[in-house]
Amino acid sequence: MTEFQLFHDIVTDPFDYARNWKEANRRKIVGHFCSYTPEEIIHAAGALPFRIFGSGEAISRSDEHLQAYSCSFVRSALADALSGKLAFLDGTVFPHTCDTIQRLSDIWRINLTFGFHSDIGLPVKLDTASAREYLKSVFKKFKNELSGHLDCTITTDDLQRAAGLYNRMRSDMKQMFDLRRENPSLISSNDLQALVKASMIMDREVFSEKLSAILRDLSAIKPQPSQSLKRLVLSGGMCNIPSVHSLIEDCGAAIVWDDSCSGARYFEGSIAPHGDIIESIAERYMDKIECPAKHTDLFRRGEALVNIAKNNKADGVIFLFLKFCDPHAFDYPYVKELLVKEGIASMLLEIEAPLPSEEQLKTRCQAFLETL
Amino acid sequence: MSNEPKPADPEKEKRKIKSVGKMKEIMTGYYIEAKTAEQTGKKVAWITSGGPVEPLIAMDVIPVYPENHGAMIGASKMGSDLCEKAESMGYARDLCSYARADIACAPINGGPIGGLPKPDMLVCCNNICGTVLKWYQVQARHFGVPLFIFDTPFCHTEFSAEARRYVRRQVDEYIEFLEGVCASKMDVDRMHQVGRLSLEGQRLWQAVLDTTMHKPAPMSAFDAFFHLALIVTLRGTQTVVDYYTALLAEMKTRIENRISAVPKETYRLLWDNLPIWYRTRWLSEKFAAHEACLVADTYTSAWCGTMKYLDEADFLGTMAEAYSRIYLNIGVDEMARDVIAMIDKYAADGVVMHSNRSCKPYSFGQYDIKKIIQRERDVPVLLIEADMVDERSFAESQVDTRIDAFMEVLENRK
Ligand code: SF4
Ligand code: SF4
Repeated sequence: MTEFQLFHDIVTDPFDYARNWKEANRRKIVGHFCSYTPEEIIHAAGALPFRIFGSGEAISRSDEHLQAYSCSFVRSALADALSGKLAFLDGTVFPHTCDTIQRLSDIWRINLTFGFHSDIGLPVKLDTASAREYLKSVFKKFKNELSGHLDCTITTDDLQRAAGLYNRMRSDMKQMFDLRRENPSLISSNDLQALVKASMIMDREVFSEKLSAILRDLSAIKPQPSQSLKRLVLSGGMCNIPSVHSLIEDCGAAIVWDDSCSGARYFEGSIAPHGDIIESIAERYMDKIECPAKHTDLFRRGEALVNIAKNNKADGVIFLFLKFCDPHAFDYPYVKELLVKEGIASMLLEIEAPLPSEEQLKTRCQAFLETL
Repeated sequence: MSNEPKPADPEKEKRKIKSVGKMKEIMTGYYIEAKTAEQTGKKVAWITSGGPVEPLIAMDVIPVYPENHGAMIGASKMGSDLCEKAESMGYARDLCSYARADIACAPINGGPIGGLPKPDMLVCCNNICGTVLKWYQVQARHFGVPLFIFDTPFCHTEFSAEARRYVRRQVDEYIEFLEGVCASKMDVDRMHQVGRLSLEGQRLWQAVLDTTMHKPAPMSAFDAFFHLALIVTLRGTQTVVDYYTALLAEMKTRIENRISAVPKETYRLLWDNLPIWYRTRWLSEKFAAHEACLVADTYTSAWCGTMKYLDEADFLGTMAEAYSRIYLNIGVDEMARDVIAMIDKYAADGVVMHSNRSCKPYSFGQYDIKKIIQRERDVPVLLIEADMVDERSFAESQVDTRIDAFMEVLENRK
């Protein structure tokens, strides 16, 4: 769809977008790595939160700092930084997630000189009173540090407005996902994926307006008689390889839900409008289904995926993992077992940037679809 | 050719550390006690190697270490098989081989000691890595027992006031957890005594490691890998204090009698990262053949590296900081400073780094540490690619050549 072209352009060259945005707006850009970054606070500070995905280009640039058994996302992000592609950043924020990101933060701090460096020492568990209190204090500390780094004050009003904007954006995104679920032929997954990624890069006010407009247009279209496509759910870490979505769809399937941190997990939940605003922001991060690098209940993630598959009437689940990603790989056996118990078929695709052979992936997808 | 046993080589006999027998005895006794806990009514807790064991000792709970189990599996060369088994259970080959091997053992009571004793509870402290969190979740699902997570936020550049408060609160939560599972109260005096013994054990262990400052070194890092087991497993008991007192005395006698770990110690090296458990003997002979002794390492010193934060009079209060600031929970630059301090302290001529596929938090950052070392101190650094337990990731001939080349560099510098 032509409405999506803008997003595709931005996702194709996010660096170019960021540089132009900075030039035109004379505002600051803060890079970050994870869906646990409290973007609302960065936005409230008047800066653009920029999710670093890793362009996948010239990854070997990172070889002098990272061994080959680091995930390609981290190697690629570091390569981009070292080669100057990210020089427009005024700072970078590292929320604590996995062991690899943890060390990336150190390597980044030691070797790269642009902008400020901020570690957000998130707790690893989110299910105890002291951990929740700690997370809130960490966000408050981050807010204070950020206003120092960016030389600005962040008022409660700023934060309220940011929370309102993010709530709107998240609920609109969820509606987009719902629309696709009801009517997969309405929006291609490739377009939707571009939209999700753009939502982590673009000026959020502008993005939110465009999103509402698209949503209005799409909602007005009468559902077409549904084709008999196999319905799939994707589950995994971050997928910075857009071609995977179209590749799966080209095999004759519809992706009806995308349970990844660069998919639905990014816009899950909303910020309660009452009470201390930073605490409300923190609560959303604590209550959403956790990323596998965090802990709540031993079965919560697996059960959530089973429910997603059931609620979306999925025929199967494709696990899309980046090679060397420990948190996801550890969860895979038990989550798969829960799916098996419910009679839901699944397949594991372990990928690495740059994508290996498309033919091979296609063959595997087709084979999987035939079994459904 | 006769089949008679060769007479013991007196040279070799002289070099053998006599305490080894005692150590084996203690460890066997400890495992038997743990394995028969069900009969004796004692509780068993599985705990991570960097975890706060002292409250367990004070509560009379037997601590069991899956990582120590992993090391035993590696040393008995059962690693590849068990890792493959884990892979057939769906665990990716790129995961930590301690975790893979242990997870594979649990359902079949496999491994060198027929599986670890069943836990009544799991205590996971993430001050060493995020892997242990995932690993303990797997075992908590498998055994259906309560899991306590002792969460120590990573100290990239600081131990923040917020983190201090959070970890300190968890000390109390931990004790409540133990009191719940054991259905008994903690004896405060007992805890005080255990804290004192823990510190005493750590001091002694550090003193043992310090004996290698002497030239030639009376023991090597390979010996330290072995004698480490007690400070990890039974920290806080009198047994540890007694054992290291004797070991320290033995080292002092060796120094007096000029008995060195390596016959003609010419080169002194530092080791970084976990041992390559299935090749310790091979490596030790390899370096010895080059007249090189690994005099110290970053691994075994991790169990006494945070004494400066501990206060004997307030062990529970200060252990929050000590457990949060251990070697693997600090930034790469601080690690590099520690390594440089060790180079100076032990007068090392070179550093050997094990780039360990299994242990990402230990290995990522090594390249930068190497650069920092080379900038600050003029010593060569060798990187060896391997894995601590999974032999499939070890290319012997390649490692062999690299060590030879490295030693040649050192020889040319002397
Ligand atoms: S993909 Fe996995 S290993 Fe890589 S940064 Fe994300 S969570 Fe960490
Ligand atoms: S070897 Fe490394 S990754 Fe494995 S448990 Fe130990 S610290 Fe964690």
